Amino acid sequence: MNTEVKIAGVTFKNPVMTASGTFGSGMEYSDFVDLNKLGAVVTKGVANVPWEGNPTPRVAEVYGGMLNAIGLQNPGIDVFIERDLPFLQNYDTNVIVNVCGKTVEDYLEVVERLSDTAVSMLEINVSCPNVKEGAIAFGQKADSLYDITSQIKKKAKQPVIMKLSPNVTDITEMAKAAEAAGADALSMINTITGMKIDIHRRKFVLANRTGGMSGPAVKPVAVRMVYQTAQAVKIPIIGMGGIGSGEDAVEFLLAGASAVAVGAMNFVNPYTTVEVVEGIEAYMKQYGIENVTDLIGAVE
Amino acid sequence: MAQKRKVTATVISQKQIGEQIYDLWLETKLAKNVHPGQFVAVYPHGESMLLPRPISICETDQADRLRLVYRIAGKGTAEFSACKAGDRMDILGVLGNGFPVEKAKGKRAFLMGGGIGIPPMLELAKVIGEKKQILLGYRNKDIFLEEDLAEYGDVYVATEDGSVGTKGNVMDIIKAYSLQADVIMACGPMPMLRAIKKYAAESGMEAYISLEERMACGVGACLGCVCKTTKVDAHSHVNNARICTEGPVFEAGEVDI
Repeated sequence: MNTEVKIAGVTFKNPVMTASGTFGSGMEYSDFVDLNKLGAVVTKGVANVPWEGNPTPRVAEVYGGMLNAIGLQNPGIDVFIERDLPFLQNYDTNVIVNVCGKTVEDYLEVVERLSDTAVSMLEINVSCPNVKEGAIAFGQKADSLYDITSQIKKKAKQPVIMKLSPNVTDITEMAKAAEAAGADALSMINTITGMKIDIHRRKFVLANRTGGMSGPAVKPVAVRMVYQTAQAVKIPIIGMGGIGSGEDAVEFLLAGASAVAVGAMNFVNPYTTVEVVEGIEAYMKQYGIENVTDLIGAVE
Repeated sequence: MAQKRKVTATVISQKQIGEQIYDLWLETKLAKNVHPGQFVAVYPHGESMLLPRPISICETDQADRLRLVYRIAGKGTAEFSACKAGDRMDILGVLGNGFPVEKAKGKRAFLMGGGIGIPPMLELAKVIGEKKQILLGYRNKDIFLEEDLAEYGDVYVATEDGSVGTKGNVMDIIKAYSLQADVIMACGPMPMLRAIKKYAAESGMEAYISLEERMACGVGACLGCVCKTTKVDAHSHVNNARICTEGPVFEAGEVDI
């Protein structure tokens, strides 16, 4: 049985990654799972300087999922390179760094700082719904997405994944813009903007009022968007949205994803990532599938 | 510190001990090596509810029995309150730093608990060997755990409506009895913790306070449950510390509350 996948020339021992923001820089979950067993660890968003993030409450549970408005709190690229990256390099897994910024220059600074590091790929966060400047502003208009993608591609030494927002009218238009600008891969979906109100106190539950929704309740939306995007572009897609089992992951692969990421379900079960790897293998065994790549886009 | 794990615990017993307050004993190997003030996160079974509920540890036998005393705050804790002996509960733990017990060595300590902040004071009272005064604040005569705590120190009770003990809150107990101590360990609602922080600063005392916040992961990954810190935090490199990991107990002067 072969679970290996290749994305933009990078080899992954299996198609299971972590979704940015749900796994820190790997350290917090290394108590629970052997990071060597993952295809990649995708880090929390990293900016050129430390970011404070949003006021609390930052998280809320909703039916079948959760809302978050962390606001991309991060210690900045210096700390990432000095502390977090050396930790991740102890493991036999790919490191994908999620890059965030307020301006194009911020993104480019992080991309350049990572150019001579052992990072496998860059994931560009143009889709976080919880910060006012940057982020999603670049990811909701095809021309600005094209512009930032092409500027990053000029500087980046590693393959570039553009992480797409579902909070658009037609995600395939965004996907095509990123592809045309030279993106090597896409990851999708980022969270869906939501809101929760405490009816007893008549207040917003999140200090930020809105937050990004994730978890099993968003999975059908994500599967649909991955399918539509896979029909529209040729570059590989990393699919995510409520994945909590091998069956969930296979659904994304069949829809056209070349790999998958586990996000909010890490919070529900800290062993989820490794259980998804084992679940994909169990499915392959059950159906006599030799190569996991045979599942990609194989929905009939 | 013991490795964090998600385990399935078995309910030994559960009874209601106050209005919406439940006293739950669990059989679990997480009961070993628990520091007072640490917590576990308990998972609801209902699939619509995903996130574990952080609940402070009231007491442990440091072997295989863990006691949680909690208040029903919503659907998740309501589900827990229906659990009976023999039922299974998934829990994540042991989480957080706990109270710095060594700071009470050779000193007189106030242990101050307000409402559902009272339960962690029990394990703390057991572990601190020194003489301690235990100050408890409740809303009304519906009081709980005061008999358990009386085994380990001098207990003073305040109620908001004056139905039992001193009328007012834990700060009013200090005034009413002219109590004195060198160090404070406290858990309770934010107004109480703010009053303790102010009192400690004015009287030159050390105070260690346990904070709470909405949590998702419980293990320091999601950055959901941060509090503002007065200095740049060593992990985050900004003025935020993770309550689930650097906390829930902080020296009062370290946090901006």
